Amino acid sequence: MKVFDCPVIGRRPINEFDYGGEVRRPPMDADETTWAAYVFNRKGAPGLLREWWYHRPTGRWYVMERDTLKDEVLRFIDLEEVRYDIPA
Amino acid sequence: MTSRLDPQPLEWLDRSQTLSFEFEGKRYTGFAGDSISSALLACDQTLLGRSFKYHRPRGAVTLANHDVNALFQSGEEPNIRGDVTPLAAGMSLTACNVNGSLAKDKDQIIGKISRFLPVGFYYKAFHKPKKLFPMWEKIIREKAGLGTIDTRWDVRRKAKTYGFCDLLVIGAGASGMQAALSAAEQGLDVVIADENPHIGGSLDYQLVNDTRAASVRTGLKQKVQNHANIRVLPGHLACGWYTDHYVPLLGPDGIIKMRARAVISATGVMEQPAVFRNNDLPGVMMASGAQRLVARYAVKPGQRAVVLTANSEGYRAALDMLKAGIDVTAVIDMGKAGNRGAWADELKTKNVSVLEGHMVYEAKGKQALTGVVVAPFDGSKCDLSKAREIDVDLLLMSVGWAPAAQLLYQAGSRLGYDATLEQILPQELPSGIFACGRLNGAFTLEQRLADGARAGAEAAAFIKGEPLPAALAACRDSEAHSNPWPIVDHPKGKNFVDYDEDLQLKDLVNAAKEGFDNIELMKRFSTVGMGPSQGKHANMNGIRVLAAVTGRTIDQTGSTTARPMFHPVPVQALAGRRFRPERLTALHQWHLDNGAQMMEAGVWMRPEFYGRPEERAQAILREVQAVRTGLGLIDVSTLGKIEVMGPDAGKLLDGAYTMRMSNIKQDMTRYALMVDESGVIVDDGIAARVAEDRFYVSATTSHADATFRTLSRHIVEWGLDVRLVNRTGTLAAMNLAGPHARKLLKPLTDIDLSEENFPYLGFKEGNLCGVPVRLIRVGFVGELGYEIHLPVESAQQVWNTLMEKGAEYGIRPFGVEAQRVLRLEKGHIIVGQDTDGLTNPFEANMPWAVPLKSKPWFTGKPSLALLKERCQRSLRGFMLPQGYSGELPKECHLLIDSGDIAGRITSIAYSPSLGRYIGLAMVDQPLAGSDRLFQVRVESGALVPLEPCATPFYDAEGMRQTVDLTEVA
Repeated sequence: MKVFDCPVIGRRPINEFDYGGEVRRPPMDADETTWAAYVFNRKGAPGLLREWWYHRPTGRWYVMERDTLKDEVLRFIDLEEVRYDIPA
Repeated sequence: MTSRLDPQPLEWLDRSQTLSFEFEGKRYTGFAGDSISSALLACDQTLLGRSFKYHRPRGAVTLANHDVNALFQSGEEPNIRGDVTPLAAGMSLTACNVNGSLAKDKDQIIGKISRFLPVGFYYKAFHKPKKLFPMWEKIIREKAGLGTIDTRWDVRRKAKTYGFCDLLVIGAGASGMQAALSAAEQGLDVVIADENPHIGGSLDYQLVNDTRAASVRTGLKQKVQNHANIRVLPGHLACGWYTDHYVPLLGPDGIIKMRARAVISATGVMEQPAVFRNNDLPGVMMASGAQRLVARYAVKPGQRAVVLTANSEGYRAALDMLKAGIDVTAVIDMGKAGNRGAWADELKTKNVSVLEGHMVYEAKGKQALTGVVVAPFDGSKCDLSKAREIDVDLLLMSVGWAPAAQLLYQAGSRLGYDATLEQILPQELPSGIFACGRLNGAFTLEQRLADGARAGAEAAAFIKGEPLPAALAACRDSEAHSNPWPIVDHPKGKNFVDYDEDLQLKDLVNAAKEGFDNIELMKRFSTVGMGPSQGKHANMNGIRVLAAVTGRTIDQTGSTTARPMFHPVPVQALAGRRFRPERLTALHQWHLDNGAQMMEAGVWMRPEFYGRPEERAQAILREVQAVRTGLGLIDVSTLGKIEVMGPDAGKLLDGAYTMRMSNIKQDMTRYALMVDESGVIVDDGIAARVAEDRFYVSATTSHADATFRTLSRHIVEWGLDVRLVNRTGTLAAMNLAGPHARKLLKPLTDIDLSEENFPYLGFKEGNLCGVPVRLIRVGFVGELGYEIHLPVESAQQVWNTLMEKGAEYGIRPFGVEAQRVLRLEKGHIIVGQDTDGLTNPFEANMPWAVPLKSKPWFTGKPSLALLKERCQRSLRGFMLPQGYSGELPKECHLLIDSGDIAGRITSIAYSPSLGRYIGLAMVDQPLAGSDRLFQVRVESGALVPLEPCATPFYDAEGMRQTVDLTEVA
């Protein structure tokens, strides 16, 4: 059980949040090996990780930078930083 | 009650209430406030239990739940800890792990053959032949072990509550109370919890007769109890520490989940036994255990005593025993009496002889202590030439302490061995964690108060965001209160390190010599610290022994991981109440009033069918036939309903769903299939074009929230100008299906229902029964059908009108089961039933929903492009042979091909329209692509043939859902 300092509504318990995994970008036009690695492999090593978290009561997504070794949230990432374009 | 003392100043007893109880069929009495053990001891029942392995006689040791000698069984409740369980009137108790009676346990014989039963003997002796091990295992489990579990237990639950505070102080002794006060004075909201039923800690048993403590005690207790900022929780055990200072407090009414901003651990120390032959005989006690017995329960632990000590506390205990009328024959000091302080000086005036530099070599007695052999001790060996025997029935051990640091370890603190205090002490504490008192090496009352004040001030400053520099070591004592080696070997053994598990000194030495010389390995091989008291009285000596055998320091040896819970927690408290909210649709009461059998569908309750449970099959059949031949109405309010608005709405849906949504024509809908990045189907529904920049999307009942979450994330991720509104709860929906659907609706709505204006897959907004609605032409059940979406508050009115006006067409409400049959006849899949966590659209026979060529991108597209030619299985329709009357296959039964598993049935039902059993099966290649019969293994093991066939099973051209058959007929 943890508490997050949500930038909008303050300290909330983690059970109000859904985990959305590491922030990643799909490699467009990748070869099969690269694509399969993107789909199935995740980094497990401890360290700094940018992760998606969804706050259910407010319906908002956040990206937090977390030290997974110390299990500490270091900061919130501006969502502009994680944005990418999809081919239209 | 021969051992009961006159009223003691701070006793826990209420002598106005006498409680009568039974032990092994004999009647006893005690007082309210007694524990089971204290009541028995007061009645001179000094034998309280039998040991785990050798069935040795055992008595009271710590009275603090640091040992489990006194375990009892009461009715269905096993392993009741007599030392700390309050006595209740009418209890009927028996001893645990006894063959016969406690006094005449027939299994005592095991103790005599103990040299043939070393640690791990069963691994070594019984591993061959393998087939006999179960027999040996059964014998061992019967002879060793604890209470008996009654498998006819009944469910009991205790509610949980949520608590919040700035500062949680664990332990309400001198330092804990002082810390709470210091923090509360700074305006913080403080909770102080203690596992004992009364606050005071060791002030009330160890320092009960100390004149300096008297005024401190009264002042602290009054201030803590009356302070507006302090909530006092006696009788509450801090079970463990969890991230961000989340501490479950187990009290008499259940668990309080306490969230604090900081935690002070003032949990004190646990007294450790000396290790010598027969150190487990009844009558051998911790000094603090005897002090608890006298001060809390007014029970005299013996008549004639010696005190073995390595600290000043032993002299305090000797003084207390004298005061209780016990003849203290001698104090045996492992070191020098000269530096034991005021208590030792006071004892000198009482004519008690002190043997310096001595150790107890052996305790004598069969069922209880009758004497001790003492001898000079050089720190490792006794000089037996100068040994002498003293006749006593009580031996108090005061040779050292181990910190109750379990919660500190759990929080990630670093602890290390302090050579001055000969004790493990906190060295570095994580953010928001503080420690004080004897746990932190502050031993004198002055040190403890100062340390409490320091920790309280540090915690308050931390919470206020102006942290002070940590001064953890500021108030520590400068002399040792523990002996580094309170252990003496004996050729005949029976010198126990762990009472729980009957582990002798040689067991640990041998384990280390056999190569289990790492503390974690030694624990697992020897089971030291793995018994019910979890090493509270055993781990410290275990570490000392391993360090000595391996020639390492205590720090190098390390300690085992301290996991929650600190004491066992009943499952009923952990379980809490069942808390599973159910969502009900606006029509729920109508369903109940009309005989619906309700079922769970995700978080929702839905009608399964309408009718009595015993006529389930006929009821479903009736409902199916109503839809096929007349009219049916089903409540589909549980569907996810999402409004998608904004200039990029089309782009969002194009990226999130397989098919293109941006080119759906105004007032039309399209099947919406969602896959994940690996191409696995996760949801389906429909998307309707409401306006140029506005769509209305439905999702399956159980995936609605996840779909909303996925779409929300894509908006952020792709930087789109879209707003979503989740209308699942605010809109109701019902599906009117059957050949007469249009006829029924026509007079009730202002929407032009003609085929030209409102074709199959069309979408219209308008009024129905005077209520604003959205109508969608759907075909899930395979008949002319209209899904009606409308505000929940109007749902009942519209439903009633449709039921009333539909009577002439034979309208029936239908439930989930009939809908499953109807859609199965059409070969429509249900995501999550006919698909699993690996099913892609090609396997589900939906290549038409995967436009790989015409769409540049959608989530999962690259995966599906790779999977298209690599399908290893396929969803196939099947029928049971005409006239089949044997055992029916069920969903999830396996298809067998040449002896191997070749798939499974995902759906099966009797189709009234076809008069046969039909179903879908996920079938492995190459069987799926062949024309061979499938074979399914049913529950009896028999193989039943299935005839593969094309889907849909019914109205393959879809004539019935596209046009009004009554009009073309």
